[in-house]
Amino acid sequence: MNRYEAVIGLEVHVELKTDTKLFCGCSTEFGKEPNTQVCPVCLGLPGAVGVLNKKVVELATKAGLALNCAIGTYTWFDRKNYYYPDLPKGFQISQVFRPIAYQGHLDIDVNGATKRVNITRAHIEEDPGKLVHSGGSITTSRYSCVDYNRSGMPLIEIVSEPEMHSGEEAKAYLEKLKAILECIAVSDVKMEQGSLRCDANVSVRPVGTTTLGTKTEIKNMNSFRSVQYAIEYEVERQIDVLEDGGRVIQETRGWDENRGITVSMRNKENPDYRCFIEPELTPIELTEEWIEEVKASIPELPDARRKRLVEEHGLPEYDAGVITSSLALAEFFDATLKEFPDAKSISNWIMGELLRLLNARNMELSEAKITPSGLAALLKLIEKGSISNKMAKEIVEVMFVEGKEPDQIIKEKGMSQISDEGQLAQIIAEVIAKNPKSVADYQAGKKQAIGFLVGQIMKATKGQANPGLVNTMLRDKLTEEA
Amino acid sequence: MSRIYRERKVNQPVKITEQDVEQVALFSRLELTEEDKAVYTESLNTILDYLDMLDKLDTNNIEPAAHVLSFKNVFREDKLQSSLAKELVLANAPEEEAGCFKVPRIV
Repeated sequence: MNRYEAVIGLEVHVELKTDTKLFCGCSTEFGKEPNTQVCPVCLGLPGAVGVLNKKVVELATKAGLALNCAIGTYTWFDRKNYYYPDLPKGFQISQVFRPIAYQGHLDIDVNGATKRVNITRAHIEEDPGKLVHSGGSITTSRYSCVDYNRSGMPLIEIVSEPEMHSGEEAKAYLEKLKAILECIAVSDVKMEQGSLRCDANVSVRPVGTTTLGTKTEIKNMNSFRSVQYAIEYEVERQIDVLEDGGRVIQETRGWDENRGITVSMRNKENPDYRCFIEPELTPIELTEEWIEEVKASIPELPDARRKRLVEEHGLPEYDAGVITSSLALAEFFDATLKEFPDAKSISNWIMGELLRLLNARNMELSEAKITPSGLAALLKLIEKGSISNKMAKEIVEVMFVEGKEPDQIIKEKGMSQISDEGQLAQIIAEVIAKNPKSVADYQAGKKQAIGFLVGQIMKATKGQANPGLVNTMLRDKLTEEA
Repeated sequence: MSRIYRERKVNQPVKITEQDVEQVALFSRLELTEEDKAVYTESLNTILDYLDMLDKLDTNNIEPAAHVLSFKNVFREDKLQSSLAKELVLANAPEEEAGCFKVPRIV
């Protein structure tokens, strides 16, 4: 295994968040009835000519700048010719020769080390229509159905340099890319809705060599995790081919999620797209001032936010990384912090309970009913000792589902923590009286016997006794009696 | 197709064969007669020969012309416009299924 090195480059297609398509006024809304959001332009009917959506230029520039790219001040569109039923014109309008953004980079963190991945280019192009394969699978269906609602949707294709060396790095790259694009609000970046799609170019080469091996292009991954697994599988497969004395064939392979393997889809030896400048659209000329204006509209990016959480609020790198991986989490954190100044304790609750509840229900934070001020109120109650951590976990789940304030939930459930010393002293006395053996054990030096007694007190109070107070009072009492 | 394109010089290597024309016609779902094929093969070659003149020019250090006219930045606002009625959309579909264009399986 260590004799080979994997070389991975990613091509990521991101749908830009506009109301209308790239060259026509049809809606970009997801999930509508097939072929109801189409017009002569996006159906490629003869004679129809589109006009460029200004918002697309703005969003693409913003994305390019956030990815540290240079922005082309004079760019244009080209035709990329190929025949496929999802492409009604027989060509795709893209930016082949002059991408709007180029030579950028982003930094990823894998196993505690930061690594820079260079971005070759990010260009604007139109999305093809969507093929719905009857029988579900692309390789087994007898015919295909085409829905052109997606045809002409504005995309940017972000192409990385082949600089990643493992599935894990590829996944980290995608997570960072998603976090950045989400933060600058240029796309919904939802892989399950197809607003972010990823193809991976994978090759292997003997360690120590620099020539690239023959690559395959892997498609059909529907989550970041599948991208990682597909790459890991493909790297192993290519190594096996080479070890057996064979050679890797340049081809497109599809990831079969159920079987966990990649399957050959078609050979792709040097396709000729006969690219040429699109004659029916005008070039795009951007001024430096306009680019500066777009730059000024970019909010604090995840890396800067993460640095701030570490430097200003003392969060561990790991916590800051998790929280800034999603804009919703980061904003929730900041809002909670305004009302409760203990950053680490907020991060513990977000990373522990909140993420656990979200994952268990497969939900987005925006769908949960808990609010930042609700969480802050809960943390204040814990700090005051009014409730235990255990109770808080129960309450946070109710807040998550029902959105009520913690005070109300505590009242409704009769959950308040017993911190009244008089009341506790009485219960402690009863427990001591009932368990002479444990008391004797403790007094004879078996200090762990106190655990049993604390357990009995918690049981007697249905878990509502303040555990810190119980421990102190019980210890005092036992020492006193000895 | 105009007659001018048919005046082709002899002894030039043929760039586009009749098979190329047949393939492009198939891809584009065009039905061509034998006569059409001959005409298009010849006229397409004439066009390519004509363009060969451009190869003789020295275009080093010259910016590519993205448009023949000096237009630039023709944009539209991101405003919704109505789409076509579904019956009109599918009027061109060779076959239809569940509101979709039904086509042969292509991998």
